[in-house]
Amino acid sequence: MERDKKSVWRSAIETGLIMGVVLLYLGVIGMFAAFQEREVIYEVVTLGQILIFFPALIGGWMAARRAQKSGAAPVIVMASALVAGAVTAVPTLIMLFINANIENVRDVLVNVNRDWVDMVTFDNRADLLTGTLALLGVLIVSAGVGGVLTLLPKKLRGALMFAGALVLLIGMFGETVRQILQQLVPRETLDTIYRRTSLRLTPAIILFVLGFVGSYFWEVRRNAVTRSYNAMPAPQRTVVQRIGLLIFLVALLALPWIVGRALSDIIVTVGIYVMMGLGLNIAIGLAGLLDLGYVTNYAVGAYVAAVLTSTGALGLTGGQMSFWVVIPIALIAAMITGFILALPILKMRGDYLAIATLGFGEIIGTLAISDWLRPVIGGAQGVLFIPKPNFFGTELVNPEQLYYIVLAACIVTLFVSIRLNNSRIGRTWMAVREDEDVAAAMGIDTARAKLLAFTVSAATGGVAGAIFAAKVGTVFPNSFTVFVSINVLSLIILGGMGSNPGIVLGAIALVGMPELLREFSEFRWLIYGALLIIMMLNRPEGLIPSKVRQRELAAENPPEPAPATSGVTQPAAGD
Amino acid sequence: MASVPVTRRGRFQDFSWVDFIINALRVIIILLVIVGSANTLLSGRFTFEQWVSLFVAGLAQGSIYALIALGYTLVYGILLMINFAHGEVFMSGALTTVFLAQAFARSGFLDAQPLLAIIILIIFAGLVSMSVALLLERLAYRPLRGAPRLVPLITAIGASFFLQYTFRGLFGSQFRSYPAVQALTGSLEIGSISIPIVQPVVFIAALLLMAGLYWLVERTKLGKAMRAVSENKEVSRLMGIDIDQIIMFTFAIGGALAGAAGVINGLFRPQGVNFFMGFVPGIKAFTAAVLGGIGNIRGAMLGGLFLGVIEAVGPNLVFNGLGIPGSNQLKDVIAFTMLVLVLIFRPQGLLGERLTEKKA
Repeated sequence: MERDKKSVWRSAIETGLIMGVVLLYLGVIGMFAAFQEREVIYEVVTLGQILIFFPALIGGWMAARRAQKSGAAPVIVMASALVAGAVTAVPTLIMLFINANIENVRDVLVNVNRDWVDMVTFDNRADLLTGTLALLGVLIVSAGVGGVLTLLPKKLRGALMFAGALVLLIGMFGETVRQILQQLVPRETLDTIYRRTSLRLTPAIILFVLGFVGSYFWEVRRNAVTRSYNAMPAPQRTVVQRIGLLIFLVALLALPWIVGRALSDIIVTVGIYVMMGLGLNIAIGLAGLLDLGYVTNYAVGAYVAAVLTSTGALGLTGGQMSFWVVIPIALIAAMITGFILALPILKMRGDYLAIATLGFGEIIGTLAISDWLRPVIGGAQGVLFIPKPNFFGTELVNPEQLYYIVLAACIVTLFVSIRLNNSRIGRTWMAVREDEDVAAAMGIDTARAKLLAFTVSAATGGVAGAIFAAKVGTVFPNSFTVFVSINVLSLIILGGMGSNPGIVLGAIALVGMPELLREFSEFRWLIYGALLIIMMLNRPEGLIPSKVRQRELAAENPPEPAPATSGVTQPAAGD
Repeated sequence: MASVPVTRRGRFQDFSWVDFIINALRVIIILLVIVGSANTLLSGRFTFEQWVSLFVAGLAQGSIYALIALGYTLVYGILLMINFAHGEVFMSGALTTVFLAQAFARSGFLDAQPLLAIIILIIFAGLVSMSVALLLERLAYRPLRGAPRLVPLITAIGASFFLQYTFRGLFGSQFRSYPAVQALTGSLEIGSISIPIVQPVVFIAALLLMAGLYWLVERTKLGKAMRAVSENKEVSRLMGIDIDQIIMFTFAIGGALAGAAGVINGLFRPQGVNFFMGFVPGIKAFTAAVLGGIGNIRGAMLGGLFLGVIEAVGPNLVFNGLGIPGSNQLKDVIAFTMLVLVLIFRPQGLLGERLTEKKA
């Protein structure tokens, strides 16, 4: 018993220290200050401050969870959460101390500046003692909240967390929500809810209560609802499904007019990435070919479209060719490129293939910017004056109109992708993904299967590029870097390899979010990188795993191929 | 997932048409190189002295690639994984040490005791890079041992971007320059050839480090253990070798060499260092490692030097002869084409891989 108690404290301190390092890290890379401008609730709390609370909250939660598991009494559980919270402050306090005593920390660590000190001392820069106490107090309270959450019954906790997340999202994306509401609600009403773009306190509380009550009742009633749905006769169920689908489709069609111009623009970008995600997914998710040069196809599509339609000096047809003719040409051009580039790498596998495709991407990027190809694709200046698509006489200038092109393209891609998934060739790809040698032994022409995967996967990249060219109106080599490939890869990994709904979700989260939260874009690649690591460590199958993949990973994991090394690391992987 | 030794790769894949295309490609590339070089050499556009100075500059650059490449090769030799983030390990040392170097320059220590100062800088950078490499191994790679092969690779890609932008957050995105060292500014005159003194110094420093590594791997007990683990993990474990510890050592050594390369690179190139500096050298060093035969230490050294020279001489030799303008912009194209070509035609590298196990 004595030892148990001791280990409770020890693990609380350890958790606190880990979270403390996280807290220090977030501050030192400048995240707090960047998000300080965004007020979640007007004059109450900013996103930066929430970022300060979060590590402590999670630390408190984790410490309390561990204490609970070792069978400690609720008082001890709470106490361990509070200890973890207090310890969380330590690394940041040490940095504060260093900063106060050494002159030029700022010359090296650029973000250890006045803004940071203001943030972590809650505006007590002058009086560090008060600042320290303020930070300690805030972190202990946050950790306490985390601790309390573990002690609550499950349904209550779920509802509280849902309500909190709801308020956070509505407040965080205040600008966006306001833009949407603007079209529905008169200005005065809107001003009572939002002060500029931040939520006012009273509506925030009302929202929290509503979210809480709604979520709680849903938790309570959920089983009944599912049961009554399951009890329906089959034809009735299809009717319900069809109505649901119909509502969804109508919503999709009406979307740009509901959300307004700025958001439509973002949705078009998201759509372009959905297409690329679905395309790359054929190579990665289905055939298991980690293609890190996907940007090649995107660039080919964009440049082909640009050169063929531009009204500028580089335009081959002087702007005579219509967008609708160019789309299939871009598609075919990308497929041909995909085919040609796939030929030499057919015999490579796994990581060699990944690096080779990365090399292709870099080569294309360097060529696009070089003087050599300047007479054709404009070198660093790129191709200018790309006209907008023309739909029976109407120029599709607005993002609201372009949206329908992207939507149609996405739906076609999705359809093809779903059909491929369940087709003979889809199964061939999966066989190649699982084991090439066995697939070959079973009579599959693996070279053909891989060629086909690369070629088909390139197609959507080409179309996406063409749409991108028409949307932006100019094509620069800077738009086609390795970052595009990594972006597409990340969204596939987040959503789930081989999972179509997962890719849509991934694109919304990874492409839409940075556009909505402008401060976020500075940390975009940091977060993508962290996301790739975290997903691989904890959830390699993605947020919405495909069923096949789920089964495979389930089959791979439990027996733990342990003999060599992983046995030792198991405890570390668990926490 | 026990690895089955396969003597010949691609046994089931006798696709004559794929081979045909690959061979055609081989012939085309060889022809292009010959035509280009012949054109340039016959036109006499460059003097002999110019070629020699390009060659020496290439050797200096190549020795930096070689130092980084050793990190790839050591890790690959033991874990069979590409540590994609190794370029960032290199960056972390170079970028962190720039502050110390500037402090040394301000205090006059750098010019008073250049040798000592540079050694201290190299050690410091080595320690920083080593810590980053060890953290990477402990937090990102170790939990994934035994996972399907693409999983650690994707993790490594994530780690690469995470590290880049972490250092951007810490130190800002601007370029910071290493101070010029008085003792290294002159140039060496041999006949009509003039070579900046920094180039042979870089080359020799890199050679010394590599000799140290060679001694460590071939002559010490630790090196013996490393070689044993790369040969066969299970048996080494039975022999009482702590595998985790050896893997940590491997990452540490690779990291330290990369950090040292970072400082040497900083002294060599005046344009400064920033958070993105590791990405392209990382890929190039990987090319060098593959070129020499990944897993093979001597191969990595040779591959690095080879790549450096090709990259320095190639644009002028081949592209110029083919009449491509702005050939020096296409330096990276040479390196990456080289990468793809080696992966296609000789994935086992010039000196051959040490590993006989099946590659995924």
